[in-house]
Amino acid sequence: MNAMNPEGYVTSDGRKIGGVLMEMKNITLRFGGVKAITDISFDIREGEIRAIIGPNGAGKSSMLNVISGFYIPQEGEVWFRGKKRAPMKPYEVAQQGIARTFQNIALFEGMSVLDNIMTGRLTLMKSGMLDQAMWWGRAQREETEHREKVEKIIDFLEIQHIRKTPVGRLPYGLKKRVELARALAAEPKLLLLDEPMAGMNVEEKEDMCRFILDVNDEFGTTITLIEHDMGVVMDLSDRVVVMDYGKKIGDGPPDEVRANPDVINAYLGVSHD
Amino acid sequence: MPDQLLYAMEVSLNGLMAGIMYSLVALGFVLIFKASGIFNYAQGVLALFAALTLVGLQQGQIPFSHVINAIFGTELHSFGWTLPALVAIALTALVMVGLAWLIERLVLKHLVNQEPIILFMATIGLAYFLEGLGDVMWGADIKKLDVGLPQGISETIDAITFNAFGYGFFIDRLDIVAAVVAALLVASLTLFSQYTKYGRALRAVADDHQAALSVGISLRFIWVLVWSIAGFVALVAGIMWGSKSGVQFSLSLIALKALPVLMLGGFTSIPGAIVGGLIIGMGEKLFEFFAGPLIGGATENWFAYVLALLFLVFRPQGLFGERIIERV
Repeated sequence: MNAMNPEGYVTSDGRKIGGVLMEMKNITLRFGGVKAITDISFDIREGEIRAIIGPNGAGKSSMLNVISGFYIPQEGEVWFRGKKRAPMKPYEVAQQGIARTFQNIALFEGMSVLDNIMTGRLTLMKSGMLDQAMWWGRAQREETEHREKVEKIIDFLEIQHIRKTPVGRLPYGLKKRVELARALAAEPKLLLLDEPMAGMNVEEKEDMCRFILDVNDEFGTTITLIEHDMGVVMDLSDRVVVMDYGKKIGDGPPDEVRANPDVINAYLGVSHD
Repeated sequence: MPDQLLYAMEVSLNGLMAGIMYSLVALGFVLIFKASGIFNYAQGVLALFAALTLVGLQQGQIPFSHVINAIFGTELHSFGWTLPALVAIALTALVMVGLAWLIERLVLKHLVNQEPIILFMATIGLAYFLEGLGDVMWGADIKKLDVGLPQGISETIDAITFNAFGYGFFIDRLDIVAAVVAALLVASLTLFSQYTKYGRALRAVADDHQAALSVGISLRFIWVLVWSIAGFVALVAGIMWGSKSGVQFSLSLIALKALPVLMLGGFTSIPGAIVGGLIIGMGEKLFEFFAGPLIGGATENWFAYVLALLFLVFRPQGLFGERIIERV
């Protein structure tokens, strides 16, 4: 796997994966004296479903926060679309085409589902302050255009029936889906999902899995997701990074990773004999 | 109809009109509180500062002329022009946007993620600073503000009511203008926040900072935007109050009258600011009319605050405020 073709590869189910979209080089992140991430490198390829797994406290969410700009690593480089990324604010990262969801769901609770998803398109709206204030032709046309795109995503994720409902009233599983819809609305080049299946029942998990695969298939979106449920991840992803105590202990296709003794130890514990 | 009742009707109408004036100030508070959770003590001073700047620009007064004269021994006072009212208002609006930008740059930027009480203290500091700045820039004398708004008794209403009831109501035309302007302001603010992308971004920031960042909204831009809008609302309030009672430094105290309005209407509701203002305005006039003579008068000074106190006890979120529910 280390000698991987720079032009990409073909997955077991016949999907073509492209070149490198994002590369993390020797990332180290510290909080005071605590090292959350130690010298981790990996890449994410175009069209790929890439998973980061590991036991609780392994540093998965920290890694996702580094990618989305919520944390700035003390050491290492982040390369995106062939360019080294300067340290930037989360909203600038979002404007570059990286959308994300959160482990604990960060939606606008007081706003309707539709409005929530529309905020996902803010970075794509081009009309200026004056147009917007006067609500002239351009701003209005733009609104209709974006509204159509959002309706498509709503259909796609099967949430038509709750479109006007304030998000605060929705059950957990649906909130997760609305958050995914909002991230999708940005038409991201890279979609980051922080534990998309956490706290869901089996049926909801299956639905979410299907949506993630469909999104990747239909829009060709590159997806990076975090999960600690091994089973789910292995079915879903093309390649997996395994973290433990802030270090990378495995990287490769699911089958390879599953057979890796370090990974087995991290998940099942080491036998001291 | 008995005279007493007619008189009470006139009083309550006037109360409603006065309430609108309170609402105009309360509106600025609500906007900033909704978007950033900051209780902006400086809102009243913003109105004063806007009114001072407007008069200064309109009459071609040279800013800081007292200071300049004192240092250089010159006798500068005026540019010698008189700007048309609309031009002066537009320029003042620009000044308020610049002020919003400066406030974000110099104050708020350094206080991100601080406790609300710290931000509140910062706005108290801001209030005193702006009051001083206004004084140094434009002088402390009472100024007359005239942007051509109609004033004096409305003859039409006087005539209509006289024909209907045999008793003419006294309604100030300026109050009618204020009511129309307030209605327009609320309507356009509502439309802006509901249907434009910036409005949506504003609501998003008010709801959840982290989520707002993740969809690409710059918090700093939103804060400049919301303080600009609050500055504009302050300008409108400044024009109305200035036209009514002249531009003087006690204008900054109208912020105190806006407090009970907010407690009634709720800190987070734009319609609440309006309805709260109307209730306070009408309530204090009617109370003075009916109960004033029995208890020695001057009830207008405290009525609003007692009403607010009752609300704090029985309905702390106000009439339209969001109920605070913690899910456990």
